[in-house]
Amino acid sequence: MTTTAAAPPPLTSVRDATEHARRSNRRWSIGLMVVALVLFVLYWKVLPEVGGETATFFRKWLSVSAASEMVLWVTFALGLNIVVGYAGLLDLGYVAFWAIGGYCAGWFMSPFASEMMNDKSWNGLKFSLLGHPPAIEGLDRGIHINFWLVLPIAGLVCAFFGILIGAPTLRLKSDYLALVTLGFGEIIPQVFRNGERLGSSGNFNLSNGDKGITPVDTIPTWPFGYIPGVPDELGLRAVDLPFKFLVYCLLASFIIFLSLRIREGRLGRAWLAIREDELAASMMGVPLMRTKLAAYAVGAFAGGIGGVAFATYVNGIYASRFDFAISIILLAMVVLGGMGNVWGVTVGALVLAWINSTGLEQFGNTVNDALGTSINFKNYQFLLFGLILVLMMLFRREGLIPETRTKQVLAEPERGELESVGADMEAGQV
Amino acid sequence: MSQATATATGRPTRTRAESRELIIRMTSYVLLGLTGIWILYKAVTQPADFLTVAFLGLKFGALYALVALGYTMVYGIIELINFSHGDLFMLATVMSGIMMVTWFGQTSPGVTGFLIMIMALLVAMVLAGGVNTLAERLAYRRLRRAPKLAPLITAVGLSFIYQAVGIQMNGSGQRNWNTLLGDSGFTFGSVKVQWAVIVVLAVTIPLLLLMTYIVNQTRQGKAMRATAQDQDAARLMGINVDRTIAFTFAMGGALAGAAGMLWLQSVGTTRYDLGFQLGLIAFTSAVLGGIGNLNGAVLGGFVIGIIQVLNEAFLLGNAWSQTVVFTILILLMVFKPEGILGKPTTEKV
Repeated sequence: MTTTAAAPPPLTSVRDATEHARRSNRRWSIGLMVVALVLFVLYWKVLPEVGGETATFFRKWLSVSAASEMVLWVTFALGLNIVVGYAGLLDLGYVAFWAIGGYCAGWFMSPFASEMMNDKSWNGLKFSLLGHPPAIEGLDRGIHINFWLVLPIAGLVCAFFGILIGAPTLRLKSDYLALVTLGFGEIIPQVFRNGERLGSSGNFNLSNGDKGITPVDTIPTWPFGYIPGVPDELGLRAVDLPFKFLVYCLLASFIIFLSLRIREGRLGRAWLAIREDELAASMMGVPLMRTKLAAYAVGAFAGGIGGVAFATYVNGIYASRFDFAISIILLAMVVLGGMGNVWGVTVGALVLAWINSTGLEQFGNTVNDALGTSINFKNYQFLLFGLILVLMMLFRREGLIPETRTKQVLAEPERGELESVGADMEAGQV
Repeated sequence: MSQATATATGRPTRTRAESRELIIRMTSYVLLGLTGIWILYKAVTQPADFLTVAFLGLKFGALYALVALGYTMVYGIIELINFSHGDLFMLATVMSGIMMVTWFGQTSPGVTGFLIMIMALLVAMVLAGGVNTLAERLAYRRLRRAPKLAPLITAVGLSFIYQAVGIQMNGSGQRNWNTLLGDSGFTFGSVKVQWAVIVVLAVTIPLLLLMTYIVNQTRQGKAMRATAQDQDAARLMGINVDRTIAFTFAMGGALAGAAGMLWLQSVGTTRYDLGFQLGLIAFTSAVLGGIGNLNGAVLGGFVIGIIQVLNEAFLLGNAWSQTVVFTILILLMVFKPEGILGKPTTEKV
């Protein structure tokens, strides 16, 4: 139609487009890897040596724990990106998977398993599978499975829950789907918050309630522990932190790799097809139910891995942390970066997580010092994230670093062309 | 499909989809029946407690109904789940609290107290209605032709913005406000009834009647119903669609505002994220009644209100009330998405 505002983009061959995407992926991954390694070396060797002004600056603006947290957020945001960005299913309860992943760590790699019966009948429980409990007397009770084994376990448990949550909701239209996922995202944390006395006699302790589960096992570095200078296990000592940062980077890059590979393959293309036109996709023989469930499962898998890693980061699992705001912040990360684009989401997550953990506070301190005011900038966090969502939707729906494909889809109006022309005429645009 | 099978084999057989539908239907009826029996059992064995709780349930039910109406009206007209609707309610609770207590210092019943209360009611309604209309004008209207995800995410963003305003006005924790009536009430036999329940019902019922009148009898209401059915046809008939949608948002917001003021007067506490929780409950009510159906929203509000207080009093207790309500929501979505009074559609919601 001649009346549509945007001219169609010049046609390029499929091979050109793929080649372009490959090249940009290579550039992005090398770039991020270099940044991660530079930061690691900085935290490991340079800053302890240099000290003084530089060290203070980094401790304030980008400490090693802030950097670790940012990388963990990337893991979650990428998991959500698979559900929202790839498959186009709005999930507002992603925090549930974070929580389930965290509690997997609580059950399988901490002394807590021996306290799960309130009548103390499990107190003698002791099980270890290459486990690394903290080296303190008495903490080898409970179940201790190796961190690297718990990761896939938690991922699979979460994937199972993803399917469980997804299955009943997939027949619903998008906005109802959002609501049901939100409902699950509220129910699951509430179960953990109230999970201290379950069962008819209140004997079963699922989650230790508001007290939380702590401490969590350390991360073993075998076989890299043989390298001089690398600790055998990563706990809470200051020397461990740069290595923990590296481990989290490894996990995030695994999820990035997973996202990129799946997107290229059959499943990824089926997701994109469903996102763009469900009816057309099903006519082309894409099995809707199975494909959507796969999106939930893979997204949840990433959440589970992130959940375990986050538990080692804070050295515990606390039920009060898992609130609705987290789901929305994750959504803001995906929207800000550009739905469906792995690199966009990575950058979006890094930026917002930094603002969330240190940026806003430090910025506030600087402003307050300079102007002599005492504004509590932390209070404006909600406003900031809300504004990001609204303004992005109004003015740059495709995100800061969009994919060409997403841009085209989002530029297309939902209603039929003729109807749009009528509405345009009314709005005085024709 | 079933016809074809029937003629081919000579006897009526059910397809897999049909038998699954049947199983789903039966399960939902069994669940409904069990709930009914349990409620009856409690009513017979502990009548006094039951009635006391039921009156509380009426109070919450009326408030949920008011908020649910806003959801259902907006959904009926532009098919948007307005996530920020509950937060308008929260803003209204805070605003009415500031007006009654901070500005006028009214904390005990009396003639001036009640006059100020009516004023606060009006202010809350105008405020919430105005903010909702403004949001429609500035955000939703631009996104009316965008893909579904865009207005939905915008609504979530607006909800966060309202919560930020709530934090600024009310603080980041729970805050207790003095109310006119407090906990006082009267006993009727051995049944306790709070005065607040009476006030809430006395405000809610006229509002609901007014709403019904506007939607069913006035020109504006007719325009609303026409726009809900078919926007383009309504436009061709000379209806100002933009103004009608704005009016719907204003009305929904005003009802949420009234609910907010009544909540603060009958419960006495508020928190910046109250609206999010209550909004979800109200939305569940709207779905229970059949989304888009005004009578359904009111019915759903009362049913959910009563179920919630029954759960808190007799079943799992306060800590689990969200879980119970959301479980109802999820079961509804799966088994009966069209709700109690809604018309079944060929497309699953």
